Amino acid sequence: MDRSLFVTGAAGEGIQTIGDVVARCFLRHGYPVFVSQEFESRIRGGHSSVRIRVADSPRNAPRADADVLLALNPSAEAHYADAVCADGLTISPQSLTAEANHLGVPFVPLATTHGGREVYANAVAAGSLCAAVGLPFAVLEAVLGETFEKRGDAVVRANVDSARAGFDEAADQLANEKTEIPPRRDMTYAFASAHGTIPLAAAAAGCRFIAAYPMSPSTGIITAFARHPELGVFAEQAEDEIAAINMTLGASAAGARAMTATSGGGFALMAEGLSLAGMIETPIVIVVAQRPGPATGLPTRTAQEDLLFAIRAGHGEFPRVVLAPSDPQDAIDLTIRAFDLADRHQVPAILLTDQFLADSSFSLDRLELPVEIPADHLADPTEMDTYARYAPSDGGASPRLAFGQGGHTVVLDSDEHTPEGHITEDLKAVRPRAVEKRLEKLRRLRSEIRPPIADRTDDAELILVGWGSTKHAIAEAVDLLRADGRKVGSVHFAELWPLPKVGPPAAKHTWTVEGNATGQLAQLLRGELGWPIDKTIGRWDGLPIDARFLVQHLTEKTP
Amino acid sequence: MTKIEEYASPVENQWCPGCPNYGILTALKRALAGLDLAPHRVCLVSGIGQAAKLPHYLKANVFNGLHGRAIPAAIGIHVAHPELKTIVSSGDGDLYGEGGNHLLHALRRNPDITVIVHNNRIYALTKGQASPTTPRGERTRLQFGGVEADPTQMLATAIVHGCTFVARGFAGDIDGLSDTLARAIGHRGLSLVDVIQPCITWGHHPVDWYRERVVPIAEEHDPTDRGAAIGLAIDVGDRFPIGVLYELPPAPTFAASYRERVGDGPMVDLPRIDRSVVEQHLDRLIVSP
Repeated sequence: MDRSLFVTGAAGEGIQTIGDVVARCFLRHGYPVFVSQEFESRIRGGHSSVRIRVADSPRNAPRADADVLLALNPSAEAHYADAVCADGLTISPQSLTAEANHLGVPFVPLATTHGGREVYANAVAAGSLCAAVGLPFAVLEAVLGETFEKRGDAVVRANVDSARAGFDEAADQLANEKTEIPPRRDMTYAFASAHGTIPLAAAAAGCRFIAAYPMSPSTGIITAFARHPELGVFAEQAEDEIAAINMTLGASAAGARAMTATSGGGFALMAEGLSLAGMIETPIVIVVAQRPGPATGLPTRTAQEDLLFAIRAGHGEFPRVVLAPSDPQDAIDLTIRAFDLADRHQVPAILLTDQFLADSSFSLDRLELPVEIPADHLADPTEMDTYARYAPSDGGASPRLAFGQGGHTVVLDSDEHTPEGHITEDLKAVRPRAVEKRLEKLRRLRSEIRPPIADRTDDAELILVGWGSTKHAIAEAVDLLRADGRKVGSVHFAELWPLPKVGPPAAKHTWTVEGNATGQLAQLLRGELGWPIDKTIGRWDGLPIDARFLVQHLTEKTP
Repeated sequence: MTKIEEYASPVENQWCPGCPNYGILTALKRALAGLDLAPHRVCLVSGIGQAAKLPHYLKANVFNGLHGRAIPAAIGIHVAHPELKTIVSSGDGDLYGEGGNHLLHALRRNPDITVIVHNNRIYALTKGQASPTTPRGERTRLQFGGVEADPTQMLATAIVHGCTFVARGFAGDIDGLSDTLARAIGHRGLSLVDVIQPCITWGHHPVDWYRERVVPIAEEHDPTDRGAAIGLAIDVGDRFPIGVLYELPPAPTFAASYRERVGDGPMVDLPRIDRSVVEQHLDRLIVSP
């Protein structure tokens, strides 16, 4: 089984609730779902969709086509009609037509009759969708019960009655062509988004401070800390991104593990602060959730356009770390790693995500913290008589004290500084060594960075190289192409800077797959590692890369 | 007691000989010594400019950050380490111009920090352009025909925002300034001290011109009288009431609710949250049939 359901409507119409309820129905039935979202930058109206993909085993990648389209209004039905598969089904409120593959379910009238209020139209819609895909009503009833429990029995009852009406109406219309009902299974999945697990991992890594300015698609990160005070993280909405990164640096300098989160435009404002982090060698973690640019671009859409920006942002030369998670478990591991690398090497660490990753929910067999979470790396103030913050040290990173530790004073300066941290213009003895000291950390980091992950490359004639959020879509494309007899493999970069020193894969052709128009990873691999990249499959329309998109591309343009 | 000599710094001073900044440095040392604040208990925060070099000339913890960004850094420091006396010392261009937005929002938050503005009414380190406090009409090395904007009124703005300690000082009056700074640093919550610091290189008037025009605030002034305080705070250009303009009992400080909930000390001393807290969250993400 691999079914794709689109729940579509206008912003504010409730498609997220419907999507969440139906996704949970499948999970309760023992099947993994992948839920992605596609929406416009507005509060009401327009067209948006929640896309549920259900399969026998986790398929954590998007599908661009729909086996079932649920449209809450005629405009959505027209807008998404092209996405429906040839033998797909559409459910909409339009009155029953003779047309095959169309169910007309009067959502609002049924809600008024059975639930007593128009607002239960979404329950009617959820009911009709469950019937169309063959889920037993009892599963939906249970999920509605959990979802609306806190709102009281009357609300649960009205939802269940309305859902029943939608379910029965759809089942009646489908009488002669009953959908196959997947058997219930005893399978358990962790259902999460990467932006849902990043804050949890940060708290586990000892993060105590976040300052951020709201910006799609990054806002969920600070919101999670504010919503869950038990995580113990102080969360402040800064007046702008410049304040956010400078607050974060202040907190870190005073001994707190600290982070911020933003998107490309906000990260542009943070660029000077990033450079400051490099200069004062103060660790911070920055989540950069990409969206299409330039400028305001497409605020609620996805892209991988800021790879080179993340690696190059900031004036002057200083080391940094750039890591790009691909799913919620990867996000846990890389968040903890970002805090550790930042702390040990006293550098800024960037977690590069995107809207697709931020707003998608994955089903995973398990979701867990690593057994060992590295401790903080501050020095012991009792072990030193005098203290110089930037004392020459093996590996570049000097023993770091925070402000107020022991009886020492700690001096940090954005100007070029002496080992004691004081402003200097000594161009002979101090400046050259200070530059070398900072850049020595880059060399150390490079030796620690993990190589990319190769998948089925041994016999591959074509290798697809990707990074970050496209990992699962590329893996699926390799599956499909291999099933078709094509010798294709993949290489995935989760750790992007410093680039690990690895040679090119030994395949006839090496292509990159990227959510941008200029082949940013290809530029890096050619320039930094000398890899012979033949070509880039790019996508820059604001939608996520899916396996069929890649297969179609490769079928049309066989290397 | 902490002696003034304990704040001595080995760093060569880069200020112009005779600059009134030296007066601010001396007054600050006296204020800190008077409060018995040992160097390691103080964190000086600055941006960029001649004034922003002050932290290098006084032994303490130092965060000499970016132009205009001293206040957000100080807020982060204050949240992470509330026991430090965090003092911002920077210029008018830095704190009222490049970083004006941060000061405005700091007034809303009321962090327990002191902000000392070296107000010389000019951009000195960049050699003589107008600052946000340069009087209208004054000719500069960039505004050749005279400044075509009015000066900011940040002290009045601070009072309007309910800042619980607002003062003006004069760098040429070290005794009075050290008293004012000691009161500001001792005050719980955001305290703002604008210090008239004539620029002897780019300024339009010598120090004595200012000395003739600074007027100690009358003893009858009620520092809780907001209207009267605003009247004294307005910069009219050629008359400068000095002393405490406005003072209210301390208001709740920034991050107080977090401290009540999580712990009062420095964040570096807080144990990590137990991993089970996070694991409970992860468990809640599991959906079973």
